[in-house]
Amino acid sequence: MSESNQNILEMEGISKAFPGVQALDSVNFTLRKGEIHCLVGENGAGKSTLIKVLTGVDRPEAGRMILDGKEIHTRSPQHAQTLGISTVYQEINLCPNLTVAENILLGREPQRFKSIDWAKMNADAVEILKRSLDVDIDVTKPLGIYTVAIQQMVAIARALDIASAKILILDEPTSSLDEHEVQQLFKVMRKLKENGVGIIFITHFIGQVYEISDKTTVLRNGKLIGTFDTASLPRFELIAKMIGRSLDDLDEMSKIKLESSKHIRTEALLKAKGLGHSGAISPFDLELHSGEVVGLAGLLGSGRTEIANLLFGIDKPDTGSITFAGDEVTDYSPLGSIKRGVGLCPEDRKAEGVVDDLTVRENIILAIQANNGWFKFLSVQEQYDIADKYIELLQIATPSPDQPVGNLSGGNQQKVILARWLATNPHLLILDEPTRGIDVGTKAEIQKLVLSLADEGKACVFISSELEEVLRTSHRIVVLREREKVAEFSGEVDENTIIHAIAGSEA
Amino acid sequence: MRNQKKSSFAWRNIIESRLFFPLIALFLILLFDFIFIPGFFTIENRDGNLYGSLIDIFRNGSTVMLLAIGMTLVIATAGVDLSVGAVMAIAASMAGILMNPSALRNEVFFVTDPTYTFQPLWVVIGAALIVSLICGVWNGVLVAYMRIQPMVATLILMIAGRGIAQLITNGLRVQITYRPYAFLGQGWIILPFSLYIVAFVYAGTWLLTRKTAIGMFIESVGINFRSSFFSGIDEKKIKLLVYTFCGLCAGIAGLVASSNIRTSDANSIGLMIELDAILAVVIGGGSMAGGRFSLLASMIGALVMQAITQSMYAVGVPAFALQAIKAVVVVFVILLFSEQVRSFIRGISAQKKEV
Repeated sequence: MSESNQNILEMEGISKAFPGVQALDSVNFTLRKGEIHCLVGENGAGKSTLIKVLTGVDRPEAGRMILDGKEIHTRSPQHAQTLGISTVYQEINLCPNLTVAENILLGREPQRFKSIDWAKMNADAVEILKRSLDVDIDVTKPLGIYTVAIQQMVAIARALDIASAKILILDEPTSSLDEHEVQQLFKVMRKLKENGVGIIFITHFIGQVYEISDKTTVLRNGKLIGTFDTASLPRFELIAKMIGRSLDDLDEMSKIKLESSKHIRTEALLKAKGLGHSGAISPFDLELHSGEVVGLAGLLGSGRTEIANLLFGIDKPDTGSITFAGDEVTDYSPLGSIKRGVGLCPEDRKAEGVVDDLTVRENIILAIQANNGWFKFLSVQEQYDIADKYIELLQIATPSPDQPVGNLSGGNQQKVILARWLATNPHLLILDEPTRGIDVGTKAEIQKLVLSLADEGKACVFISSELEEVLRTSHRIVVLREREKVAEFSGEVDENTIIHAIAGSEA
Repeated sequence: MRNQKKSSFAWRNIIESRLFFPLIALFLILLFDFIFIPGFFTIENRDGNLYGSLIDIFRNGSTVMLLAIGMTLVIATAGVDLSVGAVMAIAASMAGILMNPSALRNEVFFVTDPTYTFQPLWVVIGAALIVSLICGVWNGVLVAYMRIQPMVATLILMIAGRGIAQLITNGLRVQITYRPYAFLGQGWIILPFSLYIVAFVYAGTWLLTRKTAIGMFIESVGINFRSSFFSGIDEKKIKLLVYTFCGLCAGIAGLVASSNIRTSDANSIGLMIELDAILAVVIGGGSMAGGRFSLLASMIGALVMQAITQSMYAVGVPAFALQAIKAVVVVFVILLFSEQVRSFIRGISAQKKEV
């Protein structure tokens, strides 16, 4: 009896189906008071769906939920919040045009004389951010001007500030945070844990699972694999449970990489000279070779994405020039880049990648069609052929090529964008955080894919927040710090050397 | 995989279809007519030409249908064009003054000869359409290249347009007597001639959007213009195209409307009709937030609007009460499209099954 009293939340036999997908198949989940409970699994394992059921976004078809000994039926996230369940979602769900303070206190604004007490509201917001997250920013500025990491912090601050929170759900909050910010967040989580808040933490970073959690629940393909004490579950076993297959693949990687490095061409495919954009990235020189993967390493906001956007023509450079395959580039635009044979998988999948109401097929052919122009329209049959080919090649989990891409899980959406660019058969493919918010299995798939592209003679630029991943996939690594290119390493590099370069300290 | 889709074709697919609710609305209105208005469905054959209330719905609806075609594309890019009524007036004034320039000379003189025109018909129509095309380009440049919000950008021409139309005719209403021109709106070849114009524009637009990549690009830009830009789509050019095209459609509608009333009246042609066109698209299930569009659904939407008007007149509702009744019907149709109401209805039917 005392056992169940400690359980703050019990979910029993939860089932939920979407068109063509059984997202959850009678899943049980129990959360105790003051427990940090990790929820892990591959893309489409059902983690996000379980959270959506709990917070009332989706209704379960079967199963019941008991909060503090009472059965609950959450109707909406607002309703869940009044019950004491607060959530920070994977994708930031705030209003970028409102100020930081408004975002934090939206719907709970301090009032005076029946109108909003702005001074108090701003003071409160500063206080909340400082106290809970140790973040010091101007709360009267619109949220949109801050980096993704800061926006994420604000989202967390908002969720935390709801005083009655019994359960805090963090759906991949760390995917865009740098190490320092992650530690800040963990500090907050530990404090909340002491106060008896139950925390459900979803992450793809296995290291974080071990660092912070008491228990770990593994889901795979909508089914519960099991709940384990984190400390007594070996890492290898956890990953094996998540992906349901052995990890020999990862060792294979270094072999593939070594093999492919033989094919690197000596003459440069792309030469950037003194390329720069004021306020975004200081002028830098960069050479990219066919058959080579160049990794960009650096902290969030160090200028990685800015380099990618300059190379692809999203932003026009203020200084310097690019020579591509011997010719000086004059047309700095995405379309110009596509015509040259350059592709970019953008960092922000939701805002810059997928067109969510279009089908998987249309999303895949979008870049080819843009290259073809308005009137050279691919026939429906050609479209299906291309879509089917890449759905099979990249193993995109979709019930049909006619499914709106918005219905797919994050990892599969990423694969659709990869397919969009692979279909254009580019000479140079720039991948900006292609593995962000993606499970271990798919990550390995994408890394292998990048190397095999290089093997085919394409040049690749690989950007990732995970240094280990950059090291594993890149033949050459460019290090960025504070919007400046600071170092370049090729051949076998020690992880510590790069960390020192990123940090700006002597090795 | 695609075969599966065919075999699972079911009642559900019909209900979820874009055309279902507009068709239901149209059906209900016609059912109302069938019960309360004797002879509503009678179609007379006079010298091989067909006449009747039903035909009138199509004929009178042709201007809104033409506007709805252009408006559908504009709304699909998450925009709106408020200036179509004013552009109609500009096109009509242009056509009127070219056929009968007496107004420019301040002559109180009206041509009554039905065979007289100052300029040949192709010049009249061509000039009117070029002017409306320019109006569309103006809107497109403001929205796409100057990044002005569509409602504000097109509001400029909505207000200024009628002034421009009056400038063209020197502030006078120009009588249109030239018979071949009158054929546009009043001619009959078995069916009203304006219907052939609608069919032609519809078919052309369908080919332009569905047999080229333009339709997909329009939808893509409307859903997520940033992703579209990252994919290499020139979203500015797409926006310029749809506003220009919408202007052209408005010009054609203006010709039909002025031919119908045999006057180019800058103050009354197409007055408030932009709202009918927008509603037609909305009744057809088009989202003002942009995205997927269906030209056919918008056409049905336009017919719903016209059928309401026609039926109300037929049962003797006074003109001043018409707008109020129209509003009630429109609210009803739009509610059917709201996700809230739909899930409510689904909830009810699901409960019934459980019991």
